[in-house]
Amino acid sequence: MIDLVSDRRDPGSGSHRTARRIHRRPPWPLTVLAGLGVAVFVVPLIGLAGRAPWTDLARLVSSETVVDALWLSLVTSLLSTVLALVLGVPLAWLLARVEFPGRALARAVVTLPMVLPPVVGGAALLFALGRRGLIGGPLYDATGFLLPFSIWGVVVANTFVAMPFLVITVGGALAGLDPGFERAASSLGASPVTVFRRVTLPMIGPAVRAGAVLAWARALGEFGATVTFAGNLQGRTQTLPLAVFVARESDRDTAVAISLVLVAVSMVVLVAMRDRWWVRSL
Amino acid sequence: MSDGAESRVRPVTVIGALLWLVVACGGGSATTESTSGAETGNGVGGTVLVFAAASLTDVMADFEAGFEAAHPGVDVEINVAGSSSLGEQILEGAPADVFASANETTMDRLVAEGAVVDPPRAFAANQLQIAVPFDNPGGITGLADFADDSLLLGLCIETVPCGDFARQALAKAGIEPSIDTEEPDVRALSAKVASGELDGGVVYETDILAASDTVAGVVIQPEYNVDAVYPIAVLVDAPNRTGAREFVAFVLSEGGRDILDRYGFREP
Repeated sequence: MIDLVSDRRDPGSGSHRTARRIHRRPPWPLTVLAGLGVAVFVVPLIGLAGRAPWTDLARLVSSETVVDALWLSLVTSLLSTVLALVLGVPLAWLLARVEFPGRALARAVVTLPMVLPPVVGGAALLFALGRRGLIGGPLYDATGFLLPFSIWGVVVANTFVAMPFLVITVGGALAGLDPGFERAASSLGASPVTVFRRVTLPMIGPAVRAGAVLAWARALGEFGATVTFAGNLQGRTQTLPLAVFVARESDRDTAVAISLVLVAVSMVVLVAMRDRWWVRSL
Repeated sequence: MSDGAESRVRPVTVIGALLWLVVACGGGSATTESTSGAETGNGVGGTVLVFAAASLTDVMADFEAGFEAAHPGVDVEINVAGSSSLGEQILEGAPADVFASANETTMDRLVAEGAVVDPPRAFAANQLQIAVPFDNPGGITGLADFADDSLLLGLCIETVPCGDFARQALAKAGIEPSIDTEEPDVRALSAKVASGELDGGVVYETDILAASDTVAGVVIQPEYNVDAVYPIAVLVDAPNRTGAREFVAFVLSEGGRDILDRYGFREP
């Protein structure tokens, strides 16, 4: 930690002290802009807190709708995170380490869900995996299994929007990794799988954790792809963001209460992970 | 986070492009504002922002074209969503001029909150039908099929008019529905039926007419059906009250009636 306001009034070292203070004081335009940047995030939260029905909060968040939605949100966001880890880490490794034709295109496609409106993602999922979809159609005809309107549809929608965050984070760490360690390990006779498991993975561990947290947070907040692909039904596909959307139209207090639950859950995890996330990987 | 491939785009280029976009868009809205409120030959000008129920999506596009043709220099903007969502936005201070709701409940709430200028006027009516995909894979013949949990069925969420009316109809028929999804508005529901993801959904008869190339309608018996009445009103905080009044008059006119007829809306 740098002490920004170190101000020991030592009369003996006047010029030296001034020089040091000028060097240490952050330039004011940056401070002002950064302050405005903070306001962008803080002001909406204050607005939300200002509308909160604090006295009624316990009753509102313990209603059946909210409890169902919270449970479903936690289960589906965690399942999506696991799926994103299992598929995303190897994918990040492939994109960072293996030269193949069309790699730049593959990278773009993988990160596309980060910029695509989630509703578009949901519609695309429906065309591919829905009852009359490219893969979903034959699957339904053969097995009767249907992703839309089920909890698995929520997990797929969440994974679609959340996995890019993990792939990007892990890919960035892999790109910044000195390949010398991996080369050394394989020159000593380690198989590629062993190199990945014993050398690469431990070194990118913090980035994997950070990516997983980001992906989880994105999955927890997912709305557009979920409602488009998986639908909205309490206890089956209605996650917290969908519950907020439905409640917002009829019962504002409940909507605000659910929003506070979402903010609280997300903040607890992000604060708990802050060291790994900010310091080590970024 | 960045590797060689990504660093080829210079940040300065990106920032420059963004700045250009901001300036370009800012310039556009400044031009709009300078004409806003300017009187044209008909005494109406500027922009008229209309908040309309989702079931009015297609008919509103025609109202927009018709009104703009009759009032050169006026720009009508239509914002469609579920009525209750729009009502909420208006009460939160959305700068809308006109509100066209698909039920009287939402409009009554705005009236009670003092958000509308004159008493709302009913301009159209609608009835419910069951939308099914063209080949009707679930073999749906009436509301009774909504109790069948082997079918994939949808309703609108209870808070929007079509969801409220559908539940009223089901209750009248004494049916406990087995639902697979509650869609946020009627167009989202009919789209899921049209794509074949759902076997059926209760929508308005006008939605089936609007999607007649992809969905078929199954009639609901008159004794269970519900009359949906659409009220329209000028809002107290309308930035363009003159334009708003003219637009409402146009919707209520004979020409407006012709447009409504084309889309299958009944007389209120």
